[in-house]
Amino acid sequence: MSQATDTTVREDGVIDSVSGPVVTARDLDAKMNDVVYVGEEGLMGEVIEIEGNITTIQVYEETSGVSPGEPVESTGAPLSVDLGPGMLDSIYDGVQRPLDVLEEKMGSAFLDRGVDAPGIDLEKTWEFEPEVSEGDAVEPGDVVGSVPETPSIDHKVMVPPGSEGGEVTAVESGELTVEEAVVELDSGEEIQMRQEWPVRQERPTVDKQTPTEPLTSGQRILDGLFPLAKGGTAAIPGPFGSGKTVTQQSLAKFADADIVVYIGCGERGNEMTEVIEDFPELPDPQTGNALMARTCLIANTSNMPVAARESCVYTGITIAEYYRDMGYDVALMADSTSRWAEAMREISSRLEEMPGEEGYPAYLAARLSAFYERAGYFENINGTEGSISVIGAVSPPGGDFSEPVTQNTLRIVKTFWALDSDLAERRHFPAINWNESYSLYRDQLDPWFEDNVADDWSEQRQWAIDVLDEDGELQEVVQLVGKDALPEDQQLTLEIARYLKEAWLQQNALHDVDRYCPPEKTYRILGAIKTLNDEAFDALDAGVPIEEITDIDAAPRLNRIGTTPDDEVEEFVDDLESEIAEQLRSLY
Amino acid sequence: MKEYQTITEISGPLVFVETDEPIGYDEIVEIETADGQKRRGQVLDSAADHVAIQVFEGTEGIDRDSSVTFLGETMKMPVTEDLLGRVLDGSGNPIDDGPDIVPDDRRDIVGEAINPVSREYPEDFIQTGVSAIDGMNTLVRGQKLPIFSGSGLPHNDLALQIARQAAVPEEEEGGEGSEFAVIFGAMGITAEEANEFMDDFERTGALERSVVFMNLANDPAVERTITPRLALTTAEYLAFDEGYHVLVILTDMTNYCEALREIGAAREEVPGRRGYPGYMYTDLAQLYERAGRIRGQDGSITQIPILTMPSDDITHPIPDLTGYITEGQILVDRDLNSQGVQPPVNVLPSLSRLMDDGIGEGLTRGDHGGVSDQLYAAYAEGEDLRDLVNIVGREALSERDNKYLDFAEAFEETFVEQGYDTNRDIEDTLEIGWDLLSMLPKAELNRVDEDYIEQYYVEDVEAEVTAD
Ligand SMILES: Nc1ncnc2c1ncn2[C@@H]1O[C@H](COP(=O)(O)OP(=O)(O)O)[C@@H](O)[C@H]1O
Ligand SMILES: [Mg+2]
Repeated sequence: MSQATDTTVREDGVIDSVSGPVVTARDLDAKMNDVVYVGEEGLMGEVIEIEGNITTIQVYEETSGVSPGEPVESTGAPLSVDLGPGMLDSIYDGVQRPLDVLEEKMGSAFLDRGVDAPGIDLEKTWEFEPEVSEGDAVEPGDVVGSVPETPSIDHKVMVPPGSEGGEVTAVESGELTVEEAVVELDSGEEIQMRQEWPVRQERPTVDKQTPTEPLTSGQRILDGLFPLAKGGTAAIPGPFGSGKTVTQQSLAKFADADIVVYIGCGERGNEMTEVIEDFPELPDPQTGNALMARTCLIANTSNMPVAARESCVYTGITIAEYYRDMGYDVALMADSTSRWAEAMREISSRLEEMPGEEGYPAYLAARLSAFYERAGYFENINGTEGSISVIGAVSPPGGDFSEPVTQNTLRIVKTFWALDSDLAERRHFPAINWNESYSLYRDQLDPWFEDNVADDWSEQRQWAIDVLDEDGELQEVVQLVGKDALPEDQQLTLEIARYLKEAWLQQNALHDVDRYCPPEKTYRILGAIKTLNDEAFDALDAGVPIEEITDIDAAPRLNRIGTTPDDEVEEFVDDLESEIAEQLRSLY
Repeated sequence: MKEYQTITEISGPLVFVETDEPIGYDEIVEIETADGQKRRGQVLDSAADHVAIQVFEGTEGIDRDSSVTFLGETMKMPVTEDLLGRVLDGSGNPIDDGPDIVPDDRRDIVGEAINPVSREYPEDFIQTGVSAIDGMNTLVRGQKLPIFSGSGLPHNDLALQIARQAAVPEEEEGGEGSEFAVIFGAMGITAEEANEFMDDFERTGALERSVVFMNLANDPAVERTITPRLALTTAEYLAFDEGYHVLVILTDMTNYCEALREIGAAREEVPGRRGYPGYMYTDLAQLYERAGRIRGQDGSITQIPILTMPSDDITHPIPDLTGYITEGQILVDRDLNSQGVQPPVNVLPSLSRLMDDGIGEGLTRGDHGGVSDQLYAAYAEGEDLRDLVNIVGREALSERDNKYLDFAEAFEETFVEQGYDTNRDIEDTLEIGWDLLSMLPKAELNRVDEDYIEQYYVEDVEAEVTAD
């Protein structure tokens, strides 16, 4: 996190009481949301309530052994993050302390307390290349130069939003640290690579625009049926084991974003370890560089202090906004927003606030919507355009979507990927229920898919939806009478729907090839199933018995397209389509 | 150390005391009753002039005149390798008439979170010899994989079978690797159940390499909140100081959660779902996350917590919150149990999240993942058809559907069923899997690579079934 820079001397307070992560202090001179250091060990906390002489603090570290009477010191600054080069390829805790630096400083694999570290390395130098010259006028947001942050990303150094702006009087270049001046203004202001920003405050923009470009995900069911827009919002609710994390990780790997901010909020330690081990090895499908080169990880696992869980989503979105300001498309995944909501509930209950629904504080809905509002496709203050897409996993208790976090989230987000334990149990992955899910971006994204993938993208998708709908209705009948009692054309529809589910909707995230499916391939698979459909119905019309039609040996090969490497797909599908036609036509 | 006789209120497991010096949060307290009995407790809330104390051994017999001493430190567990072979009570005191324990160190029982960058992703396959686990819900070293069961079901038999048979195949061959230890933490189980475990440990000689923590049904309920922490602190010491591969069995987590609820109610907290505290997720995570591997360290902690689902309901907060934290779950099923299947594991709702990295070419066998997926899909399909067959009868079903029905039955009878004393190696398990898959036409096997179908599919099985 940011090392607070306020130098004014403030009155220290003393601890009055300790109850888990909530501490009260007497005589503390602090403002709401100020960062404070609590107790002899200087545990980091944040002011969350002031009542008379008593200040209530949520502490971001374990409070065992802390006693009343110990000192509390305010930094006078709100919880802020350090923004600058070095955030990519990093892994932070919920208050932007780099976990690798903590490991080194603590000399242990276990997280000790009372250790602090800046969010970006203050000593490291970066090759600064200026983009302004002496005499240029600059305003807040303007790019004054850039540094190659990673092989994938040029980090733009911008005039901070709070600056007065002015005329450039001096320009540096070459190897510089993040705290050295890179540009000086006539006002005497020095611009550095490093900025600070309070996490609970949105960074300014000019305007929010309607998204028209998809955030392609490489996941067939998402791109094909429920696409997300760049700048859009999505929720993935589902019971445990239904695929929230795998879906989020697939998006982090394969979505065509410039930058990925991945927040592990109150979830498993090993899941973060998996990302840390995998992402430096896996290539980004856009650039071919290591995925880590575009990724910033934030990890506040379930056993880490609960107050830092509350703050980790804000830390993440502030970092996302900063890269958006540079004109990048950022995708942010939060796994799981329910743990964040629970952290709010836990703190709220320690404050003895009046509980709302299921014990959550009354401001739950407001906090959720304020967070998702920070997503969007923006015109930035420097005139560039950038986007933040937010994908939040939701973990409803007992898998019941009627609970407050799911419901309040659904009121805000425009894409809903409903996970289904029934599908997960039969290992139909991704276990996204195609009847319940929706994307309100679908229509506005169709032109993009039609221009960039295929003219009849939306037509073909509609065909798939119709078949799946009919299948849903027929399945209810089948439950009562069995499949063989249906007329032949309906039996054929069931068979086509089976291929839609097995060859198109299912996608194995653990398979080296299948895990990433570009939109063109998504389109080709669907086209191949449509070919089977059309040829099979012709055969049926020509009087061929259904058993013979469903028995052709070309059809099961539809299930192999997914695992066929991208560069062989065209040929494979061409062959398969002609074979299907040939085999079926030979029956009549 | 100052003694107070200033108890102001006693309520359920809680005691409130006025103090005139600052007392640390979570600090340990000793309470002595008028007749000289000593109880231990822990500070739950600490204010300038009073504290709330949770008493582990129950508040019975405590009155206003009891004296209270604050020990000036948080709860510690004395740890040493010599704990192996010992039986302790739920508070960590020896109950086996053995020698005094001379600790090597005293460790805070709350434990610190493992830094995610220091973890090593678990991927060493543990062969349990149980097909439903090895074949379809593979356990790996450093995983936390609970058993979700119901009252009266044979979860203990399964846990014991795993503890007895668990082995890492390569190490067996190579004969090297770290030593194996078992930590058994009992919370509120009956003496009879406890004996079942102890007898088995003694019979198999496992006791020598075990540390047993016993809080039985008639022991104080609040003590259950510390028993697993003592057990896990010991496990961490053995794994990360002494290099053991530690298997921790905690049973029954349901009793642990009931104790949490009792304390919450006594504190008049706003309850969460079904009366359990709103912080139960965080609390459970602080236990379950104490499993895993650490980069550069030899040892590991594998956890098998056992819980009984109230009314067999998997959406009940105890299994629900557990499943959200653990790396999968093994479901023990009442119907399969009444059918006599041993162990009655229902694979469909079971899951091992770490399976993928622990199996495959060079680890188990290349076809393992595909076989597992295909068995899942086929069994789910057969299961679905069972409802239909009750309505329309077998004759009304297609040939394909009938094959799936036969498959589901054979799957339960030959793959899941094996008995508690059969130890199947992974090759055996996969072979049975292929025998079953071979009941289905090749074209149906869309989850398995075609090469593996060529290699392992048993041609005549299908012929046999179709000939019937
Ligand atoms: N797309 C997928 N392909 C293959 N397996 C999947 C997929 N999605 C989920 N799974 C399986 O389901 C398990 C649970 O998924 P996960 O995302 O961890 O669930 P959740 O986060 O909802 O609890 C994974 O360990 C994996 O085995
Ligand atoms: Mg998850």
